[in-house]
Amino acid sequence: MLRIFKKILTTGVVTEKFKAPKDTELEQLGIEIKNHIDKQFSGSIAIRQVDAGSCNGCELEIHALNNPFYDIERFGVHFVASPRHADVLLVTGPVSRHMQTALLRTYEATPNPKWVVAAGDCAACGGEFGVSYGSCGAVSNVIPVDAVIAGCPPTPLALMKGLLGLMNTKK
Amino acid sequence: MSASNWIADFLSQLPEDITVNQIDIPSITLWQIESNVWQRFAEQAVKKNLRWAAGWAEQIQDRFLINACFEKQGEYVLLRTIINHSNPELPSQATVYPAANRSERHTQDMFGIQFIGHPDNRRWTRHQAWSEDSYPLRKDFPVQGTPVDVTPPDMHYPFIKAHGAGVYEIPVGPVHAGIIEPGHFRFLAVGELILNLEERLGYVHKGIEKIAEGREPESLAKLAGRVSGDTTVGHCWAACMAMEQAAGVKIPPRAALIRGILAERERIANHMGDIGAICNDVAFVFAQMQFTRLRELWLRTNAAVFGHRLLMDKIVPGGVVCDLSDESCALINKEIVALRKELTEVILALDLNSSLEDRLYTAGYLSEEIAAAFGTVGYVGRASGQDKDVRRDTPYAPYDQVTVMVALENQGDIASRFWVRYKEIRTGLRLIENFIDQLVVGDLRSDWKMPSAGSEGLGIVESWRGEIISHIRFDADNKIARYYPRDPSQLNWPALEKLVLNNIVPDFPVCNKSVNGSYSGNDL
Repeated sequence: MLRIFKKILTTGVVTEKFKAPKDTELEQLGIEIKNHIDKQFSGSIAIRQVDAGSCNGCELEIHALNNPFYDIERFGVHFVASPRHADVLLVTGPVSRHMQTALLRTYEATPNPKWVVAAGDCAACGGEFGVSYGSCGAVSNVIPVDAVIAGCPPTPLALMKGLLGLMNTKK
Repeated sequence: MSASNWIADFLSQLPEDITVNQIDIPSITLWQIESNVWQRFAEQAVKKNLRWAAGWAEQIQDRFLINACFEKQGEYVLLRTIINHSNPELPSQATVYPAANRSERHTQDMFGIQFIGHPDNRRWTRHQAWSEDSYPLRKDFPVQGTPVDVTPPDMHYPFIKAHGAGVYEIPVGPVHAGIIEPGHFRFLAVGELILNLEERLGYVHKGIEKIAEGREPESLAKLAGRVSGDTTVGHCWAACMAMEQAAGVKIPPRAALIRGILAERERIANHMGDIGAICNDVAFVFAQMQFTRLRELWLRTNAAVFGHRLLMDKIVPGGVVCDLSDESCALINKEIVALRKELTEVILALDLNSSLEDRLYTAGYLSEEIAAAFGTVGYVGRASGQDKDVRRDTPYAPYDQVTVMVALENQGDIASRFWVRYKEIRTGLRLIENFIDQLVVGDLRSDWKMPSAGSEGLGIVESWRGEIISHIRFDADNKIARYYPRDPSQLNWPALEKLVLNNIVPDFPVCNKSVNGSYSGNDL
């Protein structure tokens, strides 16, 4: 037990300071926000992440948002286990045809008002996989998309800026 | 007994009705047999302890080539038979090798080839995106297919049923309650005890094999780097190795060393993530926070030195597109020293923790026999006594210049899979230091040579998750005719169905994490 306490104390707090992104910065990062989240939601959003066919690269970076450097929960962003508890669907991957119905049902199960963020190049435009017998391509081919965060995969910083940009936290 | 001895002995001891035609192509031991003895060959192979490692088919004009790759003592043999388009059937090897089961079902769905006597001929990769009587990997199937607006769900897959008082089913997925890939798990349980688990994968099938066709080498390497994002270096390397073999291109020594450094960095990053996640699944958050922190630092170095956190697209046909300056080498060496110190501090805190011990020891037990029968690879196999590692057994540059210490455990539980990973981090760190020491001055990339039409290559590497086998065949004009990557997950997924038996349902997440199969790498 003492070793654990010692390691916690010597590690200290590594969480990094973070400024809300400006529009020009979002543009540079390939982040496009079509529809901001309502003011009344913007203090806290619940995200249901849906992998609709990704190679799992995006998932690795979405995971990183919860590591102590980014600690995205401090901004009121948390990941929930059910679409019924979600304000935002964070969708990755080209939508594989085998996941199409599952994604549609997840979307339907999410209560209004809801927002969809397409994360990663595949979700944004089909990426390396495009449209084929097995893939519907971009998420917007299947459900309406409110924001796009490009990158293969998008870095945790880009994801964080995209989500905070969506929340419209600028004063 | 030296490695090549078993091949001569094996051939000489084959029954007379199995005639092996040894075909001479560069870098591959290729044996061709008649299709009617396909299963009989497997019976002989299993008797001599050959491991079934991969299976796939190809279409060349009006014929199908069926391939199966076997391994023993680091020596790989590619077995092939040719059948006619008009009567696409042959005896199944899955009756002999359980490892071949899903692979043959995949070939059945994608090519319409029937494996006679297969113990389970339900569809596997096919859900509802294409019809039962069309086969996406046949050459006459258009890459766009004929999809309907909304592909219906796969409602009527015949899952295994159990009947009796108190037995119930738990369906889980495809959309899971976390940031993970989609797949379906069907549990049969009594109380909390798992009686049976059936995996239903294929949800992230996105036609990788089909869209590979017609690509040029660079574009194929890019696709290979996205077979499974966490294994981008591993898959890209295996695909490039296969293409280089087919084209007769030798990569420069400096490029090989840099590939080695990339692969070990990928291994260490993933193992750190997994160790943290295993602990997190038994609610031990301290480890999760420490290991995600260490992983983040590691990935930031990747970004600073190589320009990409996950090292995507750094390996290209003929070499690499990233270099290491002296300053970068010094930075990496310094980082390794610091990481070793931190790992020691964290792991001592974990090793003495009784709540972790209670959850990880004896849970998710995979016996050596089952691990061998399913041909499990990587840390899953090595935690159950399967002493195999391509880096040591079939060394390829740069691993042929170093000694690879293979981590081995034989308890077969989650703790073993945890410790194999930890040991592999330590050996990985040493390997990176060795490769940096040996880093020679020279080119990063060899000139590409146009491969002749029909030439093929087999890339076999030890990725962080285990052995990858990738097969490439070229068409004319530098175009890919066929790409088949066998991700390690394809062999490890079936083992999960076995190792969860007699565990309780709430322990499934940690059992699953200890295996950490790739859905994308499996579904293709």
